[in-house]
Amino acid sequence: MTMLFPSDLEEACEMLAASDGKAVPLAGGTDLLVHWPQRFEDHGRTFLDLSQLAELRAIRWSDSALILGGGVTYWQTLGDRAVCDAFPLLEKAGRQVGAVQIQARGTWAGNIVNASPAADGVPVLMAYDAVVELVSTQGEEEIPLSEFYLGYKQMRRRPNQLVRAVRLPRRRHDVEVFEKIGPRRAQAITKLGFAATHSAAGWRVVANSMAPTVCRCRTLEGMLEHGSPIRRPEDLMPAIRQDVSPIDDIRSTAQYRQKVFSRTLFHALFSDEK
Amino acid sequence: MTKPEHRDIGFTLNGEEIRFSGTGTERLLDVLRYRLGLPGTKEGCGEGECGACTVHLDGVPVNSCLILVGQVRNRRVDTVESVAPEALVELHTSGATQCGACTPGVVMTARFVIDHPGLLERASVRQLMAGNLCRCTGYDGIIEGIAEALRQEETSP
Amino acid sequence: MKRREGLAKLMGREAYVDDLTVADCLWGATVRSSCARGRIREVRFGEGFDWGEFVVVDHRDLPGENVIALIETDQPVLAAEAVRHVHEAVVLLAHADRDLLRRAVEAVEVVVEEEPPIFDFRQPPEPAQIQHGNDNVFKELKIEKGDVDKALAKAPVVVEGVFTTGAQEHVYLETQGMLAWVEDGVVTVKGSMQCPYYVQKALKLALGREDHEVRVVQAPTGGGFGGKEEFPSGIALHAALLALKAGKPVKLIYERGEDMVATTKRHPSWIRHRTAVDTKGRLLAQDIEVVLDAGAYATLSSVVLSRAVIHAAGPYHCENVRIRGRAVLTNAVPFGAFRGFGAPQSLFACERQMDRIASELTLDPVRIRRRNLIRDGEETATGQVITDGTDRLKVLDRALELSSFQHKRRAYLDFNDTHPYLRRGVGLATFLHGAGFTGSGEVYLASEVHVAGLADGKVEVRTANTEMGQGTQTVFTQLVTDRLGLKAEDVVIAEPDTARVPDSGPTVASRTTMVVGGLIEKACDDLRRRLGLGNEERGEVLTAALALWHRQHPGEELLGTAHYEPPDGIHWDDANYRGEAYGAFAWATYVAAVEVDLRTYTARVLDFVAVQEIGKVLHEVLARGQIQGGVVQGIGWALLEDFRFKDGAMANGQLTNYIIPTSDDVPPIRVAFLENPYAHGAQGAKGIGELPMDGPAPAIVNAVAAATGADPCTIPLTPERMMSVLEAREVAR
Repeated sequence: MTMLFPSDLEEACEMLAASDGKAVPLAGGTDLLVHWPQRFEDHGRTFLDLSQLAELRAIRWSDSALILGGGVTYWQTLGDRAVCDAFPLLEKAGRQVGAVQIQARGTWAGNIVNASPAADGVPVLMAYDAVVELVSTQGEEEIPLSEFYLGYKQMRRRPNQLVRAVRLPRRRHDVEVFEKIGPRRAQAITKLGFAATHSAAGWRVVANSMAPTVCRCRTLEGMLEHGSPIRRPEDLMPAIRQDVSPIDDIRSTAQYRQKVFSRTLFHALFSDEK
Repeated sequence: MTKPEHRDIGFTLNGEEIRFSGTGTERLLDVLRYRLGLPGTKEGCGEGECGACTVHLDGVPVNSCLILVGQVRNRRVDTVESVAPEALVELHTSGATQCGACTPGVVMTARFVIDHPGLLERASVRQLMAGNLCRCTGYDGIIEGIAEALRQEETSP
Repeated sequence: MKRREGLAKLMGREAYVDDLTVADCLWGATVRSSCARGRIREVRFGEGFDWGEFVVVDHRDLPGENVIALIETDQPVLAAEAVRHVHEAVVLLAHADRDLLRRAVEAVEVVVEEEPPIFDFRQPPEPAQIQHGNDNVFKELKIEKGDVDKALAKAPVVVEGVFTTGAQEHVYLETQGMLAWVEDGVVTVKGSMQCPYYVQKALKLALGREDHEVRVVQAPTGGGFGGKEEFPSGIALHAALLALKAGKPVKLIYERGEDMVATTKRHPSWIRHRTAVDTKGRLLAQDIEVVLDAGAYATLSSVVLSRAVIHAAGPYHCENVRIRGRAVLTNAVPFGAFRGFGAPQSLFACERQMDRIASELTLDPVRIRRRNLIRDGEETATGQVITDGTDRLKVLDRALELSSFQHKRRAYLDFNDTHPYLRRGVGLATFLHGAGFTGSGEVYLASEVHVAGLADGKVEVRTANTEMGQGTQTVFTQLVTDRLGLKAEDVVIAEPDTARVPDSGPTVASRTTMVVGGLIEKACDDLRRRLGLGNEERGEVLTAALALWHRQHPGEELLGTAHYEPPDGIHWDDANYRGEAYGAFAWATYVAAVEVDLRTYTARVLDFVAVQEIGKVLHEVLARGQIQGGVVQGIGWALLEDFRFKDGAMANGQLTNYIIPTSDDVPPIRVAFLENPYAHGAQGAKGIGELPMDGPAPAIVNAVAAATGADPCTIPLTPERMMSVLEAREVAR
């Protein structure tokens, strides 16, 4: 049971490589440290603390993208007007991740690599076509977030890689929607949620807690692209059944998830009255 | 398993420099309560849900049950023990505390809101306090105390 | 006066049991059953631990009876031959290293040969599932007046309904915890509890010790709500057994997950109403059946059932009433005391039923209540004639006025016509809650209170009644300052310590202010009498007399004492459930405005008004805080707190998955009081603490029904449940 304190990202990569990918990168700790005293299997591990690496905490802009460093917290983005104005869903989702205490520690990148199907930060990033920038002693790699997950808790990040940044292309969006449906209004784990955007790049509809991974709903996107007539929430159901496979679990039921997905999506995108 | 590596961990606690030896993998909450003699910070759940363990890390509320003490080295931690009684008058008057178990955490988030009224442009007091579960007050006593303190701050020179 | 211990709590200086540092103290932990029912065959201690380093305790270490003393003697301190529920305590461990201890607990396996468990309290048991008597029924009660069958047979309208309510976890923010040590042969336990003398009684029986050999001290307690009424007796025994065997102090603190799965909960209920009414909505007969899931041991279920049946007919006058109740064993975690104590369950059913009757007759829900609310001179179901002079219609009217009930109702109709997916509704509940113990309960308690006059001119209030957030210390102080004309700083509230304070009864049932407070006033008078002063003498005269007395009686103790004496005219027939069930009732009307989102099937409370007549408000901030906090617990029970069972055990035993309201889930709770002083309560006060648990669920669910036209009869009304209720409505159309 020990901790490694790298002084910069390069050293962090070296430490991770030296551990043969066994060290556990730790940023905000809002997932990894839940019930810490009972996590016996984790107590023997080596943790690589990323929470103090200044270069990961940077929010930068390029001509074509917003670049969130791998250690940027929700709270940082909530306090950054330029980010909230350009990517309003980051504010909307960020405010719904836990409450202030979690927002202050939790990071966007951590949410991605925790690989939970219920991740609240991932749908909006994916709906903005985010690209994950990974780095290791072996070099750099970029993976579109929509191709990042392979299955339940499975992802394309290799154990020796760290998230250097998450890059969001700057686009003009005429639709930006995010819904989180949880058991209560604040500080709750999502029963189902989605983000949807439309830009010159087309439609993006991303669902969480509806499948083994956060995922794009390509059939729904296709319907929207083709302008298929949607008059009632039920008209979305065939596509939803194709795109996602919700389950019954401790937090909700498959039936509720599907039905409410169709209804909230319908009202968000098609209802005249808003 | 590699041998646990002990090292010097230093941080600023309630304005004082603290140094102690450890692996860094103890929770900040446990270090405060059981090693540094500051039991004001409470454990309510150990899962980052109830906020009873809220402290300020570099001035921002965080759950000390979700932070390993190694992560706060060279940083500033402030606990409920650092809050002056004068800063608690409104909360006392409004009935913000009943059983008191959630109270230290409530106080730390409440003081953060009171000291940063600009936050209220984008979020309500009720939203900002949602990370502190209270089972006694129904929250009104807390919300009213914060509102009154904000009014006081506004009118005081 | 501000809350006395308030600043200490706000500054984090109040020392709860886990905040106490004790030299050479071990940590304690509990090994539990993972099986719902069966015979214990073996306890295996796994490899990789030097078990000689641990203090290990099992049932064989009990010096006395293996029983947690309560009403029945069925619950063992540590399971010996058999287990009856998952998470039942079997073995105790102690060690100085808490992390090692946590691992060690996991390494102990209780091997159980399974027997058929029963989980559904509504189904009659198979022979192999019987574990108590010949039907698993712990307790049956019946209240009857008039001729219900006849009235039902000839009534123009009979409305039937079945109502179910779920279990509820207390979620006091401080988990259960106890510190035990042995000092000069005295076993001392200090910890989080409501009732030190309950704990002492349990220690005496199971440790085989006398009064003076066990001492129980209440540490500041971070919330109870009933959850620290009977449960602490068991954990106190566990800590004491470990301390006795270790020869060292032992601290046993539950972690949240353990607290959630292993401690008592609110009883789930199934309640059926058959109500006969005339076409104008007058109640002709109420036929009510109440069934409670008691869980694996009897705990306080018989008393909870008693409260449930006594409150089941609501605050109404009806000539013909039959209420049958039973509490039934299942192999679930034992259900126990929880704020409201059975009444919230039966009042939910009663008040939901009133709205359903109104709907059946197309009557205004206000009008049907107005027509049936009990008037002075009329009788409750037990035949108690109400003569308190409270204007119950005024309570109702005040709530309607404060909530703009009729205005909201009209406005919401328009809103609902035009909004694509939001539906708003307003609902009410009119109810009563008996103050203090039922019937002759206080006589059996025979409470005693001391007020000591100290040499420095201060007085010390010595009771066993505990502060757990409800404001005991503040109210007691205020009663003494008012009575004796002293300043608050001259009033000391003694730590509840069985070695120093008399048994003034448990801190439950909203009896502390009303009953114990009244005894404090009497003890103050007695103190004056002993000083040779009349009841008009106050303040400095008293202080001077105290100083003089102590100069004349060096080293002696001056005690004013008071013992409970029942008020005249209270006659309770416990065998037939007839008579004065309570010395007094508090009366209330609550109004909820809700919004149902048809996209997500989520109900949200937009506005809540709580109006009650509680005798006398002794402390406005404390009283309001009690109501607001209780209402929010009630909102949680009604909408959010979905207790999930798996094999009788809590399947969602984390705060992440058992959802209680946050500040953002509830509106401001608007509270108003009406006063009609009660002759036998301190300064006229009646009970208050349980009342706010009763009204929210029916008011909210009635509002949901009004908003949607659906007929929800089960709580918690989670979105998933709302979905099926709304779908049922669609099919019905």
